[in-house]
Amino acid sequence: MAINTRGRKLAAGAVMGAAMALAAHGAQAQNLNMAVGAPVTSLDPHYHQLSPNNAAAGMIFDRLINTDGDARMQPGLAESWRAIEPNVWEFRLRRGVTFHNGNPFTAEDVAFTFQRVPNVPNSPSSFAAFVRPITNVEIVDSHTLRITTQNPSPLLPQDMTNIFILDRETHENATTEQFNSGQAAIGTGPFRVVSHTMGDRIEFARNDSYFGTRPAWATVNYRMITNGGARTAALLSGDVDFIDQVPTPDLARVRADRRLAVSEKVGLRLIFLGLDHLREDASPFITDNNGQPIARNPLRDLRVRQALSIAIDRPAIANRVMEGSATPSAQFLPPGVFSHIPNYAPPAPDAARARALLAEAGFPEGFRITLHGPNNRYPNDGRIVQAVGQMWTRIGVRTTVEAQPWTTFVGRAGRQEFSAFLIGWGSNPEGSHPVRNILATANRDRGWGASNRGRYSNPEVDRRLEAALVEIDDARREAILQEAQRIALDDVGIIPLHIQTNIWAMRNTLQHEARADELTRAQDVRPR
Amino acid sequence: MTVYLLRRILQSLMVLLAMSVIVFVGVYAIGDPVEILISPDADQMERERAIAALGLDLPLWQQYLVFLQNALRGDLGRSFVFNEPALQLILNRMPATLELAFGAMFLSVLIGLPLGLYAGLKPESIGSRVIMAGSILGFSLPTFWVGLMLIMVFAVQLGWLPSSGRGETVQILGLHWSFLTANGWSHLAMPAFNLALFKISLVIRLTRSGVREAMLMDYVKFARAKGLSPARVTFVHVFKNILIPVVTVVGLELGSTIAFSVVTETVFAWPGMGKLIIDSINVLDRPVIVAYLMVIVLMFITINLIVDILYSVLDPRVRLESKA
Repeated sequence: MAINTRGRKLAAGAVMGAAMALAAHGAQAQNLNMAVGAPVTSLDPHYHQLSPNNAAAGMIFDRLINTDGDARMQPGLAESWRAIEPNVWEFRLRRGVTFHNGNPFTAEDVAFTFQRVPNVPNSPSSFAAFVRPITNVEIVDSHTLRITTQNPSPLLPQDMTNIFILDRETHENATTEQFNSGQAAIGTGPFRVVSHTMGDRIEFARNDSYFGTRPAWATVNYRMITNGGARTAALLSGDVDFIDQVPTPDLARVRADRRLAVSEKVGLRLIFLGLDHLREDASPFITDNNGQPIARNPLRDLRVRQALSIAIDRPAIANRVMEGSATPSAQFLPPGVFSHIPNYAPPAPDAARARALLAEAGFPEGFRITLHGPNNRYPNDGRIVQAVGQMWTRIGVRTTVEAQPWTTFVGRAGRQEFSAFLIGWGSNPEGSHPVRNILATANRDRGWGASNRGRYSNPEVDRRLEAALVEIDDARREAILQEAQRIALDDVGIIPLHIQTNIWAMRNTLQHEARADELTRAQDVRPR
Repeated sequence: MTVYLLRRILQSLMVLLAMSVIVFVGVYAIGDPVEILISPDADQMERERAIAALGLDLPLWQQYLVFLQNALRGDLGRSFVFNEPALQLILNRMPATLELAFGAMFLSVLIGLPLGLYAGLKPESIGSRVIMAGSILGFSLPTFWVGLMLIMVFAVQLGWLPSSGRGETVQILGLHWSFLTANGWSHLAMPAFNLALFKISLVIRLTRSGVREAMLMDYVKFARAKGLSPARVTFVHVFKNILIPVVTVVGLELGSTIAFSVVTETVFAWPGMGKLIIDSINVLDRPVIVAYLMVIVLMFITINLIVDILYSVLDPRVRLESKA
């Protein structure tokens, strides 16, 4: 009898212990500790156009049109939108949405947001360009909006995926500092801000009245650990459950660890080589084999550019240097994205043909060139530059490699100081974005070619871009943009290398909807 | 003393002025902050707007004059990145760095002095040899590597300590401090030790050589001859005399620990000033760089002053007036 009682007590104790452990586990499972590699510089969603800021803002605020993991447009605060005239778009807004402080969301708030966007003081990179085409915003009723643009504007919905909507009542005079302190960081998004320590962490709590899918986490601790090794260590030691930007040297170890899981997605960032198209005469970093300047710029010759492109063994770079976290590419956008060119693969590496092309162009002995690049901007950037340098040297273009910090590099590249340089470009999922910024002839008044650092210029490309920018019909616009890209890429305006794969790592009890746009957000993470 | 102080203050002002000029020209020479901060797809109009918004459209000398004018009113400018007063950003981060630096200095004295004393008193023993060999390692191992190794062993393998960050903080006088919570201490332990490793070795070596020198002095022989206990000879007579170099070095090292704990802060994701300055340099956030260096220069000047004053307290032969 006595033994029996004791046994029962023990059993009861064991059950209680188990129940408590479960409860504790439940409480733990409600909290997500995550670490990101790039610091969020502001919680003001209109202050600084920067991916990490957009990721954090995407947890607090919503846009009229949100984007899914494949960068396709999905209804956000707008339920539907359509062009009622070539230059008028009508947006039907979602009803019954409230901000974190209980204020209702209406068309007024959208109109207010458009006014605020270009007027954020001291912004180092504003969102103004996205609202610049708008000439009039008409509030039809509390949840219908008509937006008029100067010219037919097929890209307006795409632009709207960049603008986070604020509340007129709450944010009328809100300053960036008030957002940063968390006081004004009030949106309609899935999470509320609890506290923010600049450059260290943001603490979030679930917004229980969110209109979309309910997030799995009651609280989120969003930490910024910029050092890659430290970020991996934090995951391995269990300090955090989820990290982004897994450093390529740690990738093999993370994949092999059974306690961990990895999610990945081919991104929208192309790594490519820019070439000096500006100069007819001598290019600053090109000489003949005796070190004497060459009177004409060899890079102006298509055959030389082709030779430099087919000399590169892209799969070797993607597999060895990038450890598999990149896909060789001959164009800006990966398959499945609007205006990707089908069946347009990178050329197979062919050193013999490259040499023949050089000889045809009048450089049978090759020449000397310096290839510049950053060494702290993209994964393995310095090593990619070295690899390309060796491949070029193999075909007789003796290449000196110079990798330097991004701070110095980017200014010099922008002043056309280099002959050839490595750089990257993160595209919007729409071909006009890279064509307009990288391939179009630089022109201040049109806002074209702002990042065309090699000053490639081709009237055929410009003409098609001009047509695409006012073509409302998606199918026709896609065809025009594919053609514009094909012309520039056949002409080797740039030398594409690869598209990066975005990689996240987490405990194997979690799952993550990987995003092409590199944004790391807590609502994309769920228990498995 | 007054004359001496005045002269020191005047010198400091000159240093500050020279430093601000160097930083202005230096940042200008490195590159253009707008190129780094601006979104890559910004068009030319947006670039021009950003340049004007940050005041970078003026010639450099005019930018400098604007800065000087504001600095005289105590305004060191607003960060390009955060749009907050640069000084405030730095002061917000200061408690974290101060905690780390003082933790490291405390450890270096706590561990370094006894080991150094032992090594100095019994130079031939095996223990001393081990200590001295260990101090060579402390000098020569790179902080970066040691930090990662500490994380691998104590956080990843053993799971005793958290790998990074600052842990819970308590707010006092509007500033966040973590040394008041147990969780804060567990976060502080590894970075403080990592930062202290070099200083521990330094203190061991200084103490040891000081002790060995002092033991041969006449006053020690005399004290022994008087029949004083070895403990009294060591801790009263020898100890006092070896403290002067130790105080000097520890004082100066405190400054450099606060100013240059960059590596440790980065490895352990410690949200201090060091991490702020390295991030700011990477994006050429000039107001923060200038303000940070101003704060650091001021701090060095103050520490040097305190060390000088402590000197005169410890060693009656030193008088500050004589220097002035």
